[in-house]
Amino acid sequence: MSKFLTASIGRKFVMSLSGIFLMVFIAVHLGLNLLLIFDDSGELFNQGAHFMATNPLVKIVEPILGLGFMVHIIWSFYIEYQNWKARPVKYAKRNMSGASSWASRNMLILGSMVLVFLVIHILDFFVKMKFTGHPLLEEISVKGVYMENAYALVSATFINSTVLSVLYIAGGILLGLHLSHGFWSSFQTLGLNNKFWLKRWQVIAQVYAVIVAVGFAVIPLYFMLGMYK
Amino acid sequence: MSILNSKIPEGPLAEKWNRHKSAIKVVSPANKRKLEIIVVGTGLGGASAAASLAELGYKVKTFCYQDSPRRAHSIAAQGGINAAKNYQNDNDSVFRLFYDTIKGGDYRAREANVYRLAEVSPNIIDQCVAQGVPFGREYGGLLDNRSFGGVLVSRTFYARGQTGQQLLIGAYQALNRQIAKGNVEMYSRHEMLDLVKIDGKARGIIARDLVSGEIKRFGAHAVVVATGGYGNVFFLSTNAMGSNGSAAWQCYKKGALMANPCFVQIHPTCIPVHGDQQSKLTLMSESLRNDGRVWVPKKKEDAEKLQRGEMHPNDIPDEDRDFYLERRYPSYGNLVPRDVASRAAKERCDAGYGVNGEGKAVFLDFKYSIERLGKDVIAARYGNLFQMYEKITDVDPYKAPMMIYPAIHYTMGGTWVDYNLMTTVPGLYSIGEANFSDHGANRLGASALMQGLADGYFILPYTIGDYLADEIMTPKIDVKAPEFAETEKAVTDRIEKLYNIKGSKPVDYFHKRLGQVMWDHVGMARNAEGLKEAIKMIQEIREEFWKDVRIPGELDNLNPELEKAGRVADFFDIGELLARDALDRNESCGGHFREESATDEGEAKRNDEKFTYVSCWEYKGEGVEPVLHKEDLVFENVKLTQRSYK
Amino acid sequence: MADKILKELKIKVWRQKNAKSKGKFETYVINDISTGSSFLEMMDILNNDLIEKGIDPIAFDHDCREGICGTCSLHINGRPHGPDTEVTTCQLHMRKFKDGETIIVEPWRARAFPVIKDLVVDRTALDKILQAGGFVSVNTGGVPDANAIPVARDDAEEAMDAAACIGCGACVAACKNSSAMLFVSAKVSHLAKLPQGQVEAAARAMNMVSKMDELGFGGCTNTGACEVECPKSISITNIARLNREYLKARISR
Repeated sequence: MSKFLTASIGRKFVMSLSGIFLMVFIAVHLGLNLLLIFDDSGELFNQGAHFMATNPLVKIVEPILGLGFMVHIIWSFYIEYQNWKARPVKYAKRNMSGASSWASRNMLILGSMVLVFLVIHILDFFVKMKFTGHPLLEEISVKGVYMENAYALVSATFINSTVLSVLYIAGGILLGLHLSHGFWSSFQTLGLNNKFWLKRWQVIAQVYAVIVAVGFAVIPLYFMLGMYK
Repeated sequence: MSILNSKIPEGPLAEKWNRHKSAIKVVSPANKRKLEIIVVGTGLGGASAAASLAELGYKVKTFCYQDSPRRAHSIAAQGGINAAKNYQNDNDSVFRLFYDTIKGGDYRAREANVYRLAEVSPNIIDQCVAQGVPFGREYGGLLDNRSFGGVLVSRTFYARGQTGQQLLIGAYQALNRQIAKGNVEMYSRHEMLDLVKIDGKARGIIARDLVSGEIKRFGAHAVVVATGGYGNVFFLSTNAMGSNGSAAWQCYKKGALMANPCFVQIHPTCIPVHGDQQSKLTLMSESLRNDGRVWVPKKKEDAEKLQRGEMHPNDIPDEDRDFYLERRYPSYGNLVPRDVASRAAKERCDAGYGVNGEGKAVFLDFKYSIERLGKDVIAARYGNLFQMYEKITDVDPYKAPMMIYPAIHYTMGGTWVDYNLMTTVPGLYSIGEANFSDHGANRLGASALMQGLADGYFILPYTIGDYLADEIMTPKIDVKAPEFAETEKAVTDRIEKLYNIKGSKPVDYFHKRLGQVMWDHVGMARNAEGLKEAIKMIQEIREEFWKDVRIPGELDNLNPELEKAGRVADFFDIGELLARDALDRNESCGGHFREESATDEGEAKRNDEKFTYVSCWEYKGEGVEPVLHKEDLVFENVKLTQRSYK
Repeated sequence: MADKILKELKIKVWRQKNAKSKGKFETYVINDISTGSSFLEMMDILNNDLIEKGIDPIAFDHDCREGICGTCSLHINGRPHGPDTEVTTCQLHMRKFKDGETIIVEPWRARAFPVIKDLVVDRTALDKILQAGGFVSVNTGGVPDANAIPVARDDAEEAMDAAACIGCGACVAACKNSSAMLFVSAKVSHLAKLPQGQVEAAARAMNMVSKMDELGFGGCTNTGACEVECPKSISITNIARLNREYLKARISR
């Protein structure tokens, strides 16, 4: 098995599987977050957040998710290093724009930028909700159930800081770009591709990437522009 | 005649090969392991032979000048490979393939060899399919066939327009398998520069490592030369840039006779020459003649307008087009053999009907078949060829007719071999295009691949055993033997001599001049006066070459100019022998057309009374005229007739 | 169609004496090149110029000059086989260049393809990968009749699409990771698509990939550049098939 994980294709399987896992998470995460803009009372979002915070299944998945992130990130650096070694003398002139997409050639850079964003994001919300707490999170009652007011924290963050909002918009777009290649690439790596599916996967990937980018970008925009009023 | 024993087995034609196989000796597996064989060249012949011999258990060393055995020029063959499978139920048979080949070769090949070739041809297809060659197939899953020039049946198997590539890759894969097993030692970027003989027998070669420049010795119990033809003597040809006649020529100098050197095939469908910067000619597969119609304008003024670029070919109405092949040869039409098609094109162009700027091109038009079958069908059949044509000429053959002109393509002549494919030097074998044996004076389309693979897979592996059975007591050949030292010194001396000329002109300058003389005087039409003139001119250019060639670079490094110089030095000698042979053969047959020997209609006229023989030339030393030996050709199974494709 | 004359071109080319020495770029000027000439014919003319001037000519690999042997291998203006699609360098014509242009010519760069001299690189790594399993293990003779096993036409065609690979290495040269995956996948697909090759498909995929890794090629990140630069347009769906075969092989043993 260790031979498999270090072989060039094996390394890619790891990236692909962890990537697909993270994409599922992203879809769920986005779905939940969109509740922020569909219910200005914040009740829906708070219920969703509460469900995620208390559901035992989610509790089990959480560490796996963390592991997924770690594996995906560590492996990406490992792979990039291996691939970088394969061309000790670089070309003086490269003209690759016609042959491949910018995103596909710069997955590590995109991924790293997403990672930076991710750290900020975790410090902003996850840490506060999970560990340190925050005055805005003061418990409220929704339909008789007491829960943290996550909506208050999120909406206030975006309303009060243009910088953070812009950062979150950028984060969404970077993630979309990363996925525009990552999505179809992971299926290609698993061998789930042929001459019919090649185009289909690429179209599905673009649609997914656009939904993710727009979906995540629209939330801070919504609060920034005061559309909740 | 004493030195020529063709060893053709007794008995009826159809039984000769089987009888021979049962009569020849076989080497035991234990002894095969002790016997070494050198195979030079990794085209269809060389790769298939090396792989098959290694499978049998012999220790094989293989050489090629390319960086990989897969790049040998067999790879460029486009159209297909013939085999007497009769899958199409069109009354094909071994005899019919044999007969077509003998007739196509204008009755200048050995009956027994050709029959054997036809006989083993079905096995080749079986073998290739088993190796994973993706031949074209019908919807039912069975193999498809197409037809080729000079025959009336469909017996040509193909893999799109890349049949040579696919067959070579099949053989290369088989070779790779043996390399991986350690049965074959592969020496890429190594060029054979001389043959080593010990006690009259071939015992090894001297080769130059083209990367380090090192001159190396290699010993073996037998040497197989599979180095292809010498078409590049004409400078412009469809051969690869590196294709050369040097290995075969060194064998000739060591006592192997050269047979029928003047039999050179001129392929009718090549992209015409343009300007004077051209380095090589590109072939357009003969299979195109299945669906393309060849024509020139009927009216000279139209031709002249085309030459000046004032007219588009599509503007010439059908009634003003001269489909000269269909006119002259109604029964075969556009599918006449290559020599006939080439001469007919030359005749029209010489008469002033050529259609490009130089007046040296005819049209090959797909308009009619696109109308009949639709563009998709034509694209499926010839898409890659059309794409290639457009890339080179910037003309879209779906919209305007292709322009084609004949070019040097293949050499039927080559090292003389007996029925066992052994040359006049014991232990030295010659297979594929390098030998002379199967195509007579003209080769039919799709037969070169057949011959290369027949020799390599199914003939040599049997016949070489007959010789090696007597060599089982011979120990491993010692490359420290004085014969190796002597030969190596001769090679080194020659390289240094060339290198130290330090003249003023690059090798290409001389090669181009040689090619021009060859094309003008020893090309599609030859006559005594021109040939004598050519011999004189070749000698002059050669003299100049040896005084004024400049070889840059170093001897102990990769040096393509040095490689070229050695090959061109031999081309002068080959060219001279070619002209000499053409001069001796005062008849027209196949690719060899002597103006003195033509019918009133300008068709080739054979002279069976005087020339039903193989011309075999024996080297007698530098500057000494070679001696001609004749192997009489005996025809017991076919009647010699004047070829007619009308 | 009429050919024009390019009055002056500057050729900036990588010069390196041998595998051990350090190379550098040199720029040469060449005049009066017909747009109908091929790129390599231009190189011939330049070389003959250099020889007459007493300069060592530029070594480059080439042979058939009709786009099938796979010998030619130049990285021209930032692209393997230069600024045209579905061609090898020998099929690239000068009509793709502008008068006065500086053309940058480099050898293919990859750890697995060390430079031998100037623009000539050593591609025996590709041979070695094929030796690791790119064949059907049958000996000469004793095989069934060619029509004994029918093969669906579509399968034969797809096998042929993959088998069209000429082993030039443009995929490696184009890939940002110097990966040989397209090359390996072409052979694996060619044979996996045919019943004759199916028998050994799993072992073949595994052995060839191991060999590829061992020889220092990078891994595939699905950028698709190989497919675009491949002179024979070999599809990256072959890489998916290779991944599949490899996974199957790994799971089953």
